[in-house]
Amino acid sequence: MAFKGGDLLSEKAAGDGHGESSSYFDGWKAYDMNPFDLRHNRGGVIQMGLAENQLTLDLVEEWSKNHPEASIGTAEGVSQFKRIANFQDYHGLPEFREAMAQFMGQVRGRKATFDSDRVVMSGGATGAQETLAFCLANPGEAFLVPTPYYPAFDRDCCWRSGIKLLPIECHSFNDFRLTEEALVSAYDAARRQGIRVKGILITNPSNPLGTITDRGTLAMLATFATEHRIHLVCDEIYAGSVFAKPEYVSIAEVIERDVPGCNRDLIHIVYSLSKDFGLPGFRVGIIYSYNDAVVACARRMSSFGLVSSQTQYFLARMLSDEEFIGHFLKESTRRLAARHERFTSGLREVGIGCLRGNAGLFTWMDLRGMLREKTPEAELELWRVIIHKVKLNVSPGTSFHCREPGWFRVCHANMDDETMEVALDRIRGFVRQHQRRAKAERWAAKGQLRLSLPRHGAAAAASPYLALSSPMSLLSPQSPMVHAAS
Amino acid sequence: MGGKLLPAALGAGSPHLSQVATSAAHGEDSPYFAGWKAYDENPYDAVTNPDGVIQMGLAENQVSFELIEGYLREHPEAAGWGGGAGSFRDNALFLDCHGLKSFRKAMASFMEKIRDGKARFDPDRIVLTAGATAANELLTFILANPGDALLIPTPYYPGFDRDLTWRTGVNIVPVHCDSANGFEVTVAALQEAYDEAAAAGMRVCGVLITNPSNPLGTTVKRTVLEDILDFVVCKNIHLISDEIYSGSVFAAPDLVSVAELVESRARHGGDDVANRVHIVYSLSKDLGLPGFRVGLVYSYNDAVVTTARRMSSFTLVSSQTQKTLAAMLSDEAFADAYIRTNREHLRARHDHIVAGLARAGVSCLRGNAGLFVWMDMRRLLGDGDGDATVAGELRLWDKMLHDVKLNISPGSSCHCSEPGWFRVCFANMSSATLDLALARISRFTDGWNCCS
Repeated sequence: MAFKGGDLLSEKAAGDGHGESSSYFDGWKAYDMNPFDLRHNRGGVIQMGLAENQLTLDLVEEWSKNHPEASIGTAEGVSQFKRIANFQDYHGLPEFREAMAQFMGQVRGRKATFDSDRVVMSGGATGAQETLAFCLANPGEAFLVPTPYYPAFDRDCCWRSGIKLLPIECHSFNDFRLTEEALVSAYDAARRQGIRVKGILITNPSNPLGTITDRGTLAMLATFATEHRIHLVCDEIYAGSVFAKPEYVSIAEVIERDVPGCNRDLIHIVYSLSKDFGLPGFRVGIIYSYNDAVVACARRMSSFGLVSSQTQYFLARMLSDEEFIGHFLKESTRRLAARHERFTSGLREVGIGCLRGNAGLFTWMDLRGMLREKTPEAELELWRVIIHKVKLNVSPGTSFHCREPGWFRVCHANMDDETMEVALDRIRGFVRQHQRRAKAERWAAKGQLRLSLPRHGAAAAASPYLALSSPMSLLSPQSPMVHAAS
Repeated sequence: MGGKLLPAALGAGSPHLSQVATSAAHGEDSPYFAGWKAYDENPYDAVTNPDGVIQMGLAENQVSFELIEGYLREHPEAAGWGGGAGSFRDNALFLDCHGLKSFRKAMASFMEKIRDGKARFDPDRIVLTAGATAANELLTFILANPGDALLIPTPYYPGFDRDLTWRTGVNIVPVHCDSANGFEVTVAALQEAYDEAAAAGMRVCGVLITNPSNPLGTTVKRTVLEDILDFVVCKNIHLISDEIYSGSVFAAPDLVSVAELVESRARHGGDDVANRVHIVYSLSKDLGLPGFRVGLVYSYNDAVVTTARRMSSFTLVSSQTQKTLAAMLSDEAFADAYIRTNREHLRARHDHIVAGLARAGVSCLRGNAGLFVWMDMRRLLGDGDGDATVAGELRLWDKMLHDVKLNISPGSSCHCSEPGWFRVCFANMSSATLDLALARISRFTDGWNCCS
């Protein structure tokens, strides 16, 4: 009997839980086939779909050069080689845990302190989310997640664990803030479907929004979790990437100061060095739980995804260099703020607005006015134009489960200044072209209808968004122009 | 901003964790952890605690470190980020579940050298994972559904109970082997295990072997491998070959890797075998680098490679480590010298412990690989009335731990169906410590001989 390649694999292997069949991978493919290069391929696709922080690697590199003893293979560090290479204890190097706890506190402006015995390693934040799903919920049970959310949560939390993610819908009318009403509604909807909710998963600062969750909402979440005896997982991997006011508030601070009566056994934080430090290759994920049983279980599970002891050793040294870290965080904030400002002001020049963000490595860009119609299909149509004609790999909001079509996440910290300018030029060129076409179509429509539209003309002048809107929106069913045209 | 003050009673006590979290399948409640405890509480140290417990339960390779340290001293650029602007940056940003190409090529080449060139490895079939622990779990997720069965010859590495079943929901059904034929796997035993699984309503997804074997310290004979391959083809199931000790074969017979058989069968026109064979490797044992978390899945099945690569997102190898090791392992002169020298060191250690045990009247299964010996203590069980039981084995183990002060691993922890066998590691200590351990065993058996 011939044994074909795909035969006899598990359901998990044969299914789509890996998330890569999604059409969103078209953007990646387009980039891979034609990647932009400042010197060799200026016509290529610019990668704006990757939330990487490339702005501060020079600082880390310099530190590494000045501290050869932090690398166990160098002459200065090799005396530690045997001890470190042999160290596979899943508690992790004590100095690494201590340095990480110290660093997490420093990132949060020392408004919270972290106990090194609660620091548990994982295979990046990816591994941390999966481990928590395994620890906190059974197959078929659910976590509630505010939309829009990081697409890979579907794979990380659900693929091998079998848990479900159910959305808490958030909307632009209140800047996508999570409300108690929306949370209750999602919770009740799950109950009605007979699905057991085991936890809430938030990302703070938010990916893709680039905003932080305010203190009141965090307190509301901690209270809700306590009252309903469900877990609260806070993914804080962008905590060190807050570059403007309002000041960041971590759940760690809230449970100490604002909701002291909350059940701490429910509170778990995911952290990583992939974003704040720009070290995704080093695979440093951390689970920090206030629940002893979860710490113990996650630690056992960390056997499946420990951080390389070579990397632990290096980072233990770097993260405990408080002076360097202080300088790094300050400089990182400054560079992120500058980059964010440059990018968003460049967009404003052509009337493109963004959700007002103060954190993260990306912007939540509002292109609703450029949609042919307010549908996900129209969003994907626009997205394909952006990828193939404008040659920018941006991420469409529907890939983040956003309910409102027309939003796009655009990463801007993963490139140098020159590339950023090329990207802005392309966006501006595209938007202006779109505006010209829309204007021409409106004039053509006007010509056909032989009606003057002072009211609409005035409105168009007042709002830059309407200037971008398609002529279709003027021919709504309620408009008298429809009758006139037909 | 004040928060709501919640009544003290509300929220008291922990909410449910998952079934996976509360199960005992992590294996750490097992009585065998008493051994670790005894060592942790009273660890031997030549200077500060010469009467402490000597750790002989840890399969670590510490006999060849100086080769690696020597390489690094001569090639400092391997551990640094090399010259040229941006190489730190490139490495730190490198996040690709394909892994560094240079590292995969180096691993493929290393695996070929270990097998004396008798099999080729394609770097594009290598999927990197953070250790063999992750590789074994990942393969299980890919090849089996919850409730399915994996057939594993006994005795086997105790960690498999956790690695293969804990989060996957898959069952291990043992394939019983015993000393009558040197613990070799037989087709009859495989069939018996297969039938047992079927009777319990479990679908068998595959067979998992460890070659060289942990805890036996032996390589699997070519004819036995052929039988196992025939069996998996006949039953239309998978074969996982955990070859993490493949670089630790120090005596005849040479290692026969399943890779060799897959190639030979392919040459003879059989197209039914390759797609079901998957190999696990790691640098924790052969190179003595368990802390670096370097494991891999090597599969001849394209769908498995693709899926494994996607799943490896949960367990990638640090790019820093990939870079350091790529440089070292692609240095052919180093790799050749290391493999050769490591084998010599292991052989010397092995022969030394076997001779020492023989003088103490203790025999071992004849081994040719690994970092341990499979010691035969059957005659020391019970009160000499010949009734070998697990209880007797555990009593003997307890004596070894608390009186002789050696942490060795009882066969029952490896699911051995024949009481009285113990795994004893010899490569994780200095030779002076090994001699001391042998002296302690000798005193113990002298005492035994006197009294019996």
